[in-house]
Amino acid sequence: MTRLTQGCFSLLPDLTEDQIKKQVEYCIKENFAISIEWTDDPHPRNCYWEMWGLPLFDMPDASAIMYEINQCMKAHPSIYVKINGFNNARGVESTGLSFIIQRPSFEPGFYLTRQEGKGRNIIYTIQSYAVQSAGEGARY
Amino acid sequence: MSDASERTRIKSERYESGVIPYKKMGYWDADYTVKESDILCLFRITPQPGVDPIEAAAAVAGESSTATWTVVWTDLLTACDVYRAKAYFVEEVPNSTEEFFAFIAYECDLFEEASIANLTASIIGNVFGFKAVKALRLEDMRLPYAYLKGYLGPAAGIIVERERLDVFGRPLLGATVKPKLGLSGKNYGRVVYEGLKGGLDFLKDDENINSQPFMRWRERFLYVMEGINKAAAKTGAVKGSYLNVTAATMEEMYERAEFARELGSIVIMVDLVIGYTAIQSMCYWGRKNDTIVHLHRAGASTYTRQKSHGINFRVIAKWMRMAGVDHIHAGTIVGKLEGDPNTVKGFYDALRLPYLKENRAFGLFFDMDWASLRKCMPVASGGIHCGQMHQLVHLLGEDVVLQFGGGTIGHPDGIQAGATANRVALECMVLAKNEGRDYLENGAEILKDAGKSCGPLRVALDLWKAITFDYASTDVCDYESVPTSASS
Repeated sequence: MTRLTQGCFSLLPDLTEDQIKKQVEYCIKENFAISIEWTDDPHPRNCYWEMWGLPLFDMPDASAIMYEINQCMKAHPSIYVKINGFNNARGVESTGLSFIIQRPSFEPGFYLTRQEGKGRNIIYTIQSYAVQSAGEGARY
Repeated sequence: MSDASERTRIKSERYESGVIPYKKMGYWDADYTVKESDILCLFRITPQPGVDPIEAAAAVAGESSTATWTVVWTDLLTACDVYRAKAYFVEEVPNSTEEFFAFIAYECDLFEEASIANLTASIIGNVFGFKAVKALRLEDMRLPYAYLKGYLGPAAGIIVERERLDVFGRPLLGATVKPKLGLSGKNYGRVVYEGLKGGLDFLKDDENINSQPFMRWRERFLYVMEGINKAAAKTGAVKGSYLNVTAATMEEMYERAEFARELGSIVIMVDLVIGYTAIQSMCYWGRKNDTIVHLHRAGASTYTRQKSHGINFRVIAKWMRMAGVDHIHAGTIVGKLEGDPNTVKGFYDALRLPYLKENRAFGLFFDMDWASLRKCMPVASGGIHCGQMHQLVHLLGEDVVLQFGGGTIGHPDGIQAGATANRVALECMVLAKNEGRDYLENGAEILKDAGKSCGPLRVALDLWKAITFDYASTDVCDYESVPTSASS
């Protein structure tokens, strides 16, 4: 079985709710705004997952953030959900932490197509079994 | 009857032909007010016995700017006082009787804009062979904001590289393919595939792998790309491998880099030995072609390691950030290569901070604003293993590429297992750090716990548990570290 290993913590056993909350608290302490994102197309080059509302700016309450996280997972129970901590400090202005918190129970993963190019050059394309086999919303 | 040339001889005492001390020539000015636009240098000078330290400092200022050994009247055709570098402060090096720190200011217009070659031709050009000093070391430089704005700096740097890889909140992980030399292209690509599939972000060519008879470069590039793409498909993550394009000529390097780009590589690599101009050229190339440029500091220890003579690596680090490399090897502290903790932290600060504050305990002698030049990603490579993960995270922080070569490929259960052990060790440590645990104190226990659900980590910890490289460093800071309050 494949396991998507993007971001942070993806080689650890799936994080528990308590572990996720501790990371949320870390983000609050670091002044990161948390955003929740979901997708059923986690292609390595798909950098725009769907947003669960806006990033939670000015939200110092970990429980309130956990509520939104759980709502998102409830609405999308069998696909990928990740949370990002956005750091707007000067000199960073980018994501400070990002990790997957939910994934499908079966991850069919990706395959490589190889097109013979000039000489021995191969043009590679990474394609998703799930995306190839079903339309959006019916993939997992 | 005197002839004209005798009658027109210069009367001023300063310009009488002959030899006068450098400090009298105008290269020493204790009252000099440093301008914001000046380039400042700190040299460690060991004068020859009997040479006055101030005269030695003035001589260094003179020889690295406008002076020659004797008085020349042609100075008077220039606004010579502006162009003379001025030594303005000399102090004894702590705990040393024969070494002195000399601060020297250079007018910005002495240097061509955005040319490391021109900057270094002045600052380290002739002066290091100067007889009046027994030894000389360039310890630090303050590059002014106005001068820095001419440089483009790293095209990607830490932030953009992370966005391209989509990895935030943990150090990146890499490994150098071993053995360094001798593998065929096909076997080489196997190592790349296994390491990336096991959980690393990058594999890496070593500094001396270019295009040898056992494996020509095109062979390597083609098989490495197969390994990268296959691993990306298996893991669903963006992967890379630093393709070393170092070659004998610029033309050849460009050809190799173009091929790497054509194949879809996200990163190329060059060695420091190609020279400053070639590095700057390759960085411009990388900027134009959306390719990260990794710099291996091959050769640096020949002139950075000894304390009394040469160039401190923090200066090389600054120059390379200006030149625009995205990655640079900057030390591991705990690994097999030279690295005193505070000295290495100073290098990391020079590469990663937007502003530098004077901090002599880390070897930083100047305040310096990096003028928005992007942050350069330090790379820690050489004799590190997953059992040291708590120390590595503590000492080096989050924005670093941790590179385990032997520590990945030497795993008894194979390269993939080695890579997985490293990634799990890293992630469990970052998790613990973010949770606010005392991960440094409890590192061994945190790793052991993570090993319960990860066989490869358990095996690795058992194998390398006792490996350390405890040798005294040669390049240490001269000042004790003073505790600072959390707010400073």
